[in-house]
Amino acid sequence: MKVLVPVKRVIDYNVKVRVKADQSGVDLANVKMSMNPFDEISVEEAVRLKEKGKATEVIAVSIGPQQASETIRTALAMGADRGILVKCDADVEPLAVAKILKAICDAEKPTLVITGKQAIDDDSNQTGQMLASLLGWAQGTFAHKLDLGDGTAQIEREIDGGLQTVEVKLPAVMTVDLRLNEPRYASLPNIMKAKKKPIDEKSPTDYGVDITPKLKVLKVSEPPKRQAGIKVKTVAELLDKLKNEAGVI
Amino acid sequence: MASLVIAEHDNKSLKEATGKVVTAAAQVSAPVHVLVAGQGADAVAAAAAKLSGVEKVLLADDALYAKMVAETMETLILSVADKYDAILAPATTNGKNYMPRVAAKLDVPQISEIIAVESPDTFQRPIYAGNAIATVQVGSAKKIITVRTTTFKSAGEGGSATIEKVATGGDPGLAKFVGEELSKSERPELTSAKIIISGGRGMQSGENFHLLDKIADKLHAAVGASRAAVDAGFVPNDYQVGQTGKVVAPELYIAVGISGAIQHLAGMKDSKVIAAINKDDEAPIFQVADYGLVADLFKAVPEMDDELTKMGY
Repeated sequence: MKVLVPVKRVIDYNVKVRVKADQSGVDLANVKMSMNPFDEISVEEAVRLKEKGKATEVIAVSIGPQQASETIRTALAMGADRGILVKCDADVEPLAVAKILKAICDAEKPTLVITGKQAIDDDSNQTGQMLASLLGWAQGTFAHKLDLGDGTAQIEREIDGGLQTVEVKLPAVMTVDLRLNEPRYASLPNIMKAKKKPIDEKSPTDYGVDITPKLKVLKVSEPPKRQAGIKVKTVAELLDKLKNEAGVI
Repeated sequence: MASLVIAEHDNKSLKEATGKVVTAAAQVSAPVHVLVAGQGADAVAAAAAKLSGVEKVLLADDALYAKMVAETMETLILSVADKYDAILAPATTNGKNYMPRVAAKLDVPQISEIIAVESPDTFQRPIYAGNAIATVQVGSAKKIITVRTTTFKSAGEGGSATIEKVATGGDPGLAKFVGEELSKSERPELTSAKIIISGGRGMQSGENFHLLDKIADKLHAAVGASRAAVDAGFVPNDYQVGQTGKVVAPELYIAVGISGAIQHLAGMKDSKVIAAINKDDEAPIFQVADYGLVADLFKAVPEMDDELTKMGY
């Protein structure tokens, strides 16, 4: 079976995000970019399926500028077999991403699509679910554990009250949460090998998808800042302040 | 037209999140209807009918909806979607699960986790883990929205909506519920607690979280954790407060042994009062804390327990 892994190039999670002075967005000039951390977990899961002999091929897909090919290379260095870069310089909204991915799924016929539950830039948490819906497939979101069966998969999910297990019919889409696995670091020999793995270059029009945004971003602003308060010296003083000054206990 | 709010509940009681989404919905498109999808959920529908501002409650009562499986929720919501120009759900793990499916089928964008309604077509939502706030305008005729419930006040009681049974949307036969392991606790839930005490990596072990339990019992607080503490296996995933865990805004948030990573701050910085205990006086948590105590938590927390006893808690 084939596994498709959509990966997104985003601002590195260690970078302090700065809002542009003209409120047109976030400053991404000369900022370190990396693979969305949730997507690293999906690549790891797909590669483990291949190592266990359950998957035959792992395909990494990224939709973004030319530099997104570096994100695909990272996935290839971790163990994915080949890549597809759908090149576009504009921001693509989750629905359009899902439509492009649907077209790729129609062509590649994967049994499982594994992707991050959300990207750490726009925090939408939509793409996997939208893709599953467009394909008419089942989904297992916020995955904590995957148990692949014959024609079905049991997915344990992180939910508000704890954990929930659903059984999904395959093919299906799985979006991953933090505790599914710990992604590996690519070794130097694997990074070298990844350079020889093929990456197909496509464009959204190849898939007949209109990527015109449906949401208009009017402005991007700084969140209200919280002021640091005071330091107290003792536990007794802390409790006194909480009770008599703040009135919260 | 009207807006439809998808109720959050556990088949027995209506969750407070629903009332908060009703408040947001009334600002988008009135009147507000509430869809209760559940099994044996009559009491939930009755509670939803009492929410102020709700005109009608739709009740889809069937075994299909016992656990709000996304695929069945999608077909149900689509079966009633025609009558509404806005459909809203809380940004809980349920809402996040089924809503994008609905948006995709309707071929409209979803606006995720709004924190404010500026006008019926313009919303604020946090991006980059809350480090920036985007104001977005949507042009589609139908708006699909999830709501971050910490920033909206719950619609009070005082309504007397009619309850109308609706047919099920059928079973697409794609997925089924197998089982769940829910954390059992007598304490309030994280997302609705007035006081939260959270532990971080500094707690060093799951055992040590019992120190926080004692304080929580005295203050009727919920116990939370940072991602570091969850990843280390000290406590289960549902304790996690942060951008990718639960977003909370209690009256009082007590951070114990939490350094204050951006990701964690994003999940609690809207708390009314923040108190922090950390032995590192440079910890970023002190930059957002109203009251900071630089101390070894293993001394400070037992002392807090004793002091609270003395104070009569």
